[in-house]
Amino acid sequence: MTETALLDRPSVSEKTPRKKVTAETLATKQRDISVSEFFAKNRHLLGFDNPRKALLTAVKEAVDNSLDACEEAGILPEIVVAIEDLEEGAKPVKPGKAGEAPGKKPKSASSQRYRVTISDNGPGIVRKQVENIFGRLLYGSKFHRLKMSRGQQGIGISAAGMYGLITTGKPMVIQTRPDAKKPAHHIELAMNTKTNRAEVTTDEETDDFPLQRLRELSAGTKKLAASGEFLNPKDFPTGTSVSIELEGRYQKGRGSVDEFLELTAIANPHARIVFIPPGKVVDDEPDLLPEAKRGSKKGEEEPAEPAPKPAEPLVTTETDGVIVFPRAVQDLPPETKEIQPHPKGVELGTLLQMLKDTKEPTLYKFLQEEFCRVSSATASTLCEKIGKTSRTRVADVEPEDAEKLYREFQEVRLAPPPIDCLAPIGVQQLLKGMFKGVRAEFYAASSREPDIYRGRPFLIEAAIAFGGELPADEPARVIRFANRVPLLYQQSACSSFKAVTETNWRNYDLQHPRNSLPIGPLVIMIHMASVWVPFTSESKEAIADYDEIRKEMKLALMECGRKLGTYLRKRARMRRESQRRDIFERYIGEVAQAIHAINGTDAKKLYEVLLAQAKKRTAIADMQLDDEGKRVKDDPADSEGVLIVEQAAGSSDSPPSQLSKAEAAAIQVASMAKSRADESQGKLIKEPEEKKAKRGAGASGKPSKEVSPSAQGRSVPETAPPGADSKPKQKLRMKLVKGKWIRVDEGQSLF
Amino acid sequence: MAKQNPSKSSSSTTAKLKPRDKVTLGKIVTLADDVAKKALGGREPKLDIPTRTKSNTIWNKKQGILQMGSATAERELFNLNQAKQFMQTMLHASTIKEFINEGKTSSLRGVFYKAKHTVKGTNENTFDTQDESDPILEDLEVTLGSLREELHIFAENRGTLVGNITLLDKGDEINARKMGSGGWGIPSIVEPDVIEFRKCEAKFVLHVEKGTVWNRFNEDRFWEKHNCILTHGAGQPPRGCRRLLQRLNQELKLPIVCLLDCDPWGHYIYSVIKQGSISLAFESSRLAIPDAKFLGIRAKDYKECDLSEAVKIDLTDNDIKRAKEIAAYPWFEGHRQWQKEIELMLRNGFKMEVEAMITKDISYVTEEYVPQRLKARDWLE
Repeated sequence: MTETALLDRPSVSEKTPRKKVTAETLATKQRDISVSEFFAKNRHLLGFDNPRKALLTAVKEAVDNSLDACEEAGILPEIVVAIEDLEEGAKPVKPGKAGEAPGKKPKSASSQRYRVTISDNGPGIVRKQVENIFGRLLYGSKFHRLKMSRGQQGIGISAAGMYGLITTGKPMVIQTRPDAKKPAHHIELAMNTKTNRAEVTTDEETDDFPLQRLRELSAGTKKLAASGEFLNPKDFPTGTSVSIELEGRYQKGRGSVDEFLELTAIANPHARIVFIPPGKVVDDEPDLLPEAKRGSKKGEEEPAEPAPKPAEPLVTTETDGVIVFPRAVQDLPPETKEIQPHPKGVELGTLLQMLKDTKEPTLYKFLQEEFCRVSSATASTLCEKIGKTSRTRVADVEPEDAEKLYREFQEVRLAPPPIDCLAPIGVQQLLKGMFKGVRAEFYAASSREPDIYRGRPFLIEAAIAFGGELPADEPARVIRFANRVPLLYQQSACSSFKAVTETNWRNYDLQHPRNSLPIGPLVIMIHMASVWVPFTSESKEAIADYDEIRKEMKLALMECGRKLGTYLRKRARMRRESQRRDIFERYIGEVAQAIHAINGTDAKKLYEVLLAQAKKRTAIADMQLDDEGKRVKDDPADSEGVLIVEQAAGSSDSPPSQLSKAEAAAIQVASMAKSRADESQGKLIKEPEEKKAKRGAGASGKPSKEVSPSAQGRSVPETAPPGADSKPKQKLRMKLVKGKWIRVDEGQSLF
Repeated sequence: MAKQNPSKSSSSTTAKLKPRDKVTLGKIVTLADDVAKKALGGREPKLDIPTRTKSNTIWNKKQGILQMGSATAERELFNLNQAKQFMQTMLHASTIKEFINEGKTSSLRGVFYKAKHTVKGTNENTFDTQDESDPILEDLEVTLGSLREELHIFAENRGTLVGNITLLDKGDEINARKMGSGGWGIPSIVEPDVIEFRKCEAKFVLHVEKGTVWNRFNEDRFWEKHNCILTHGAGQPPRGCRRLLQRLNQELKLPIVCLLDCDPWGHYIYSVIKQGSISLAFESSRLAIPDAKFLGIRAKDYKECDLSEAVKIDLTDNDIKRAKEIAAYPWFEGHRQWQKEIELMLRNGFKMEVEAMITKDISYVTEEYVPQRLKARDWLE
């Protein structure tokens, strides 16, 4: 960092002859570097490089933890993110305030002080663990295991607290209630960077959970709280709330807290997130994201939902500045299993360490117990291959034997690692999430089968949204997720970005300049689920570019692209058909008049007869299209995971104010033929076991084909939010007429 | 227009209809009845239109003329590519009916304007250009089997006549010997009910390609000196000119001698005069003159007449292509002299215009070239 550089400089520039430095004098300066100290000086490694990003990172780490905790405890997440502006009316930062903070770094002119509070309804944290979790870097449950979770290293939240402490001098405030019957703990703690230990300044019991303060934060929160939709104590029997005061910068646009939460809501349709942005917004940069702004725009158009309770809309809403990302599905993602390392995935050093740490007495046992996919036969073979027997003790394995063993690992034939450690978002959930966050007319999603990189299972999902309100002549927007966490920075360094640019979008009737993003009204989403996501840096912003990963991403994108191409071509064909229809209708009148003029045939009657014939012709055309459509549908890959939104019918038939509701009700999952929908609804309840069974079967040999039915079964078709059931939920068939999608049951009105 | 009250127009049919008009009207009504019957009977309305393409053109070797074959194409209302043409055909049929009822005739352009209007409820015109309208009228001619004049349509006057003949044009006597420098304009309709031949001393007809050449011959009083009729067709002669030539040939037994340029276009004009054209093959029996003669300009003339270098115009690639096409026409294919003629032109590598003869002398063509050739009966047939 800068200050070390400053200290170093004088000694270099001094002209005086160098002093002799003995090893002893050097030794007096040599000491342990605490991890916390290291990161305090290298905070950019953790994503705290600038005030704006620091604010985002703090929110991100806390939200990730909350979601992970809720899911592990089997609780549907209910998360509140509040950013409070602590400098009323502060435009540029006052110097006096800066002095108050013992931060070593002078504040940047545009940063100011915020209090970030994240509350969840998770399981809470037992009292004695609070200091460890929030006060120490590299402490956590997630680092040592191979399990799919958002956090990995156990750095995040404590680093955020440390950043707050450095910039404001204020301790982290934690309220947590692990037991619904007992009062909550209120703890304030500051981290000692030298010792990597937390120092508790306040520790008391309180009944104020969830926090009353948040409920009274603004007009919007009061309104929502009054209707029971915001921090309702009933919904928070247990939970944790973290408050960090920090120096930051709140600004909308790309890479903002708003975008992060919006994307999080897309990837986590099972979570309900309420966001209270600060009153004052630094808004000196134009909004780069029309999508991000859309929520607020919508709020202006239709101020408050008159009856908020009964029909919870599936789209994001705003009430007096409070943004609610509603829950779109009522099921938690399936629980993921922890797995042991796969022999092909371990490195030599790790193997040596494992040999050192193992409690197993023999090498044979060690191989069998500490790795996955090593059968007893394989274990014996491996022992023999390196010149040992199955009774060789672990203690007798020399480093060179370990090296041999490592080489054998690469040679031996092994089943791929189990894949029930992965929880994909799922095709239907992806569609629902995308629909919630992106206004488009066509959505497609695909969920790939798990694959392996470096012995670690991973799975790629992709979704695209096309048309609608998306800007038509700009490069596509790519949104990236790793284990459901949005990645907001370093897009071009990410494997997914490369996958997008390498996919040939021209095949799907889109404009695509070489080596860049396709151009069009398109949002591309890529999700990687893995027990260990290979990030390019600790701040977890980009996925490293492994060939296996990129290949899977491209395949997922191609699958979505094919669906889009089919849709676009079909749309073009239907436009042509409707033009043709128009032409017939247009000329019939002329023909009838001309014949009438020649032989006196009743022009009106003739017109009607001809019109009837034209209708018949168009009906035939429709049927042919339907038949073609069906023929296409026989290939389920094309119609599976597609969502098409009714657009035009509403605008012409119903007043615009009802449009959004009509839209919400009229979503149709075109892919699901009736039978399949019913089937999967039936399956839904016992879904996890079935899925596991199928997964297991799939993993045993060739993991590809058998799993696919489960991927479909997993889809949760019509999990409407409570209350939405009151709306008619009939299946709507849609058809393109005159270039617009209309509901088929309204088709009669056309002629 | 199409929207006029039909009862009124049908009642006004009393307007002194000639028998020929009654026949035509009957054909138009039959056409409309057929469409109406199909539509009301729940079938798709369609018309059978004889095709005017090369593939449906038959070379009648015996008669020496081109004839239209029997192939027809369906024109359907409920066909995306034909819907508009179907509508246009019916529209023109009703327009023509109106002309006949009124006892009036119209130019092609007049018919186009008469039928042109905006389709109700759109911003589309029934016809955008006359190029759209003219082929529809030709379609109607062949579909109804009626001549253009029977449809009360005429083309612009084109072509000029002068010579030792007296004509009756709609009852007015035309003395073609006293036409001054301009000559008598040949109307587009020259049927016997319009044009009658009266007194004719002329022994043959000299048909030249265009007005400039015709002027030369008229100024030199060629027709007087050689006792003939002098005509031109302003390039490709229109139907009126061709029909008149045919009548002079058939009714007065006058030989038709053509003086055209030595280039593929000139050869093609001769071909059309002699055996008819593809697009009007259905009218060949009325238009073709199988014994028309091609006097010049011949490819050999550059050497034979000792013409100067200045007359040469290089053949373009397109000319060469066209010449080869013409040589391959069935009616030229077996014709040894014509094959030689085209071959020689291609070998020369240049073409020559009639006007080029002026390089020898202003009146070389009228005083020496044509008289010599006629005397020598040196022509192609």
